[in-house]
Amino acid sequence: MADRERLVNIALALIVPACALAAYGMGEPFYVTLATRIAILALAAVGLNLALGLGGLVSFGHAAFFGIGGYAAGIFATHAFNQTPLLASPVVIMATSQMPVIWLVSAVVAGLAALLIGLISLRTSGVYFIMITLAFAQMIYYFAISWPAYGGEDGLSITMRNSFPGVNTLNPLSFFLIAYGLLLLALFAFSRLRDSRFGAALQATRQNEVRVASIGIRPLRIRLVAFIISGMITAVAGALFADLNRFAGPSMLSWSMSGELIVLIILGGTGRLFGPVAGAILFVLFEFALGGLTEHWQLFLGLILLAVVLFGRGGLIGLLAGKVRHG
Amino acid sequence: MSSALLIEQALNGLQFGVMLFLMAAGLTLIFGVMGVINLAHGSLYMVGAFACAAVAAYTGSFWLGLVASLIAAAAAGAIVEITVIRRLYNRDHLDQVLATFALILIFSEGTRWVFGSFPLYLDIPKVLQGAISLPGGGQYQLYRLAIIGAGLIVAIGLYLLIAKTRLGMRIRAGESDREMIGALGVDIASLNTIVFALGAALAGLAGALVGALQSVQVGMGEPVLILAFVVIVIGGIGSIKGALAGAILVGVVDTMGRFLLPQLFALFMQPSQAATAGAAIASMLIYIVMAFILAVRPKGLFAVNA
Repeated sequence: MADRERLVNIALALIVPACALAAYGMGEPFYVTLATRIAILALAAVGLNLALGLGGLVSFGHAAFFGIGGYAAGIFATHAFNQTPLLASPVVIMATSQMPVIWLVSAVVAGLAALLIGLISLRTSGVYFIMITLAFAQMIYYFAISWPAYGGEDGLSITMRNSFPGVNTLNPLSFFLIAYGLLLLALFAFSRLRDSRFGAALQATRQNEVRVASIGIRPLRIRLVAFIISGMITAVAGALFADLNRFAGPSMLSWSMSGELIVLIILGGTGRLFGPVAGAILFVLFEFALGGLTEHWQLFLGLILLAVVLFGRGGLIGLLAGKVRHG
Repeated sequence: MSSALLIEQALNGLQFGVMLFLMAAGLTLIFGVMGVINLAHGSLYMVGAFACAAVAAYTGSFWLGLVASLIAAAAAGAIVEITVIRRLYNRDHLDQVLATFALILIFSEGTRWVFGSFPLYLDIPKVLQGAISLPGGGQYQLYRLAIIGAGLIVAIGLYLLIAKTRLGMRIRAGESDREMIGALGVDIASLNTIVFALGAALAGLAGALVGALQSVQVGMGEPVLILAFVVIVIGGIGSIKGALAGAILVGVVDTMGRFLLPQLFALFMQPSQAATAGAAIASMLIYIVMAFILAVRPKGLFAVNA
């Protein structure tokens, strides 16, 4: 079983860059963008998978972190382009268009937001947790809409895609490779984390909170750390997503974005290392293929999703590589 | 700031709260009896609004539209329960979230397919047009008062239904122990369908009533749904009393916050800054209230089985 999952993982890891390279070679930049979209959505979902898949924390508010990353990229790009300071008083801070700095800022801000949201919402569980994470994401959404300095309802256009040292990010293949590199990094981190002592404790809190507490591990602390790391990864994906679309807007913070991130994980396979990648491939292909057939593609997405939830548990990875050894 | 304006805003808050109660009551009933989190409740609200607008446009009667909204939403609710929700009772919350999220996609796109992307409009019925004067010299829309009245009547009716009737007794019994009432010979499957349809009808009623104040369009349900979640989280999931208290609290705090905060900020800020900062904070206010309440009482104000 495990070997078959490894084979599936390797195949998935190779198929995305292979398609991107082939599309680039054939002079089809649109398909490279599609592959980039897959890589970025997968990265966001890897973040969520840490909380949802390993920790069993059904966060319906991860759009908050995704959007925070997106707005960080948008705000930095706007200030850097206009050469206005990010902060004028008490000290002048200039913006930069360097992606690594933006990623760092995104991750730190999202980490702080996750700390605050987590401290309140992790005191609860089950349905409460779902609704509260949704409510907090909605709070940030409304804040973004009603704060006119950074676009309000219209969002922020990014005139010039942010830059990466030594790489021309305007080239679609280079940008894809950046996104894909980060995805592989996140997958590596996810697998190391899953197999670490921390990961064992996190999965144990999902399976039996009382037992974990009784052997002297505080479930709240474990979950909080997982929630924060999860939010940070998703935020970096958000920054990339804004750079991909050259736009950061309230839609990145919306509840349906949170829903889509969960959908990605379920389509792929909850808690599986490459579940988010498989899910992102399926989702983007659905969107592309059905969207080409009918403008009402979301209706069919809904039907497919319903069928997967009701009848096909385990997602694509579950289908290809069999069920997980222990649940 | 005149007292008339203050009264008007307070009434607006109450009207908003009453409307949220209609949504939250159904959600909390469904959760209480079936243990299901229903994201598609906002879609039922939308179904009610569209049914009312379509029938009112066809027949020219708002009241027929109102009846249609109840029937359409209850029927949609019953169908959804029988085809989808029934399979989710023993699943975890993640599956429920996903399946009902899928239902939102289906309802929204389906409605857009049938009615198109343009909003429909619903006129306030003739009897309820116009305004009445308030103490202090202001005027207040009669229709909004009627919504408050209708909401309060529904609240009382719901209380009587749950406290005094046989169906209510079964609902309460279902909330405390599903298996036991099944063993005692109550047909749980049809009880679930009835409760779901009842909750759906309340959501449809809310949609139809609000449809005359705003435009009727796809996606109108989800913002209200999320506020209804905030309401039942504040009130305590499963508690109708909590839903009423939470709904009024959220409605009044949100409306008054939007009205008062910019004025409050204007006391120590420049007018333009005060307006934007006030509006931004006001839009977050109910979530901040929710966070505070949860910090003190993680299970809500009127927790059931806490």
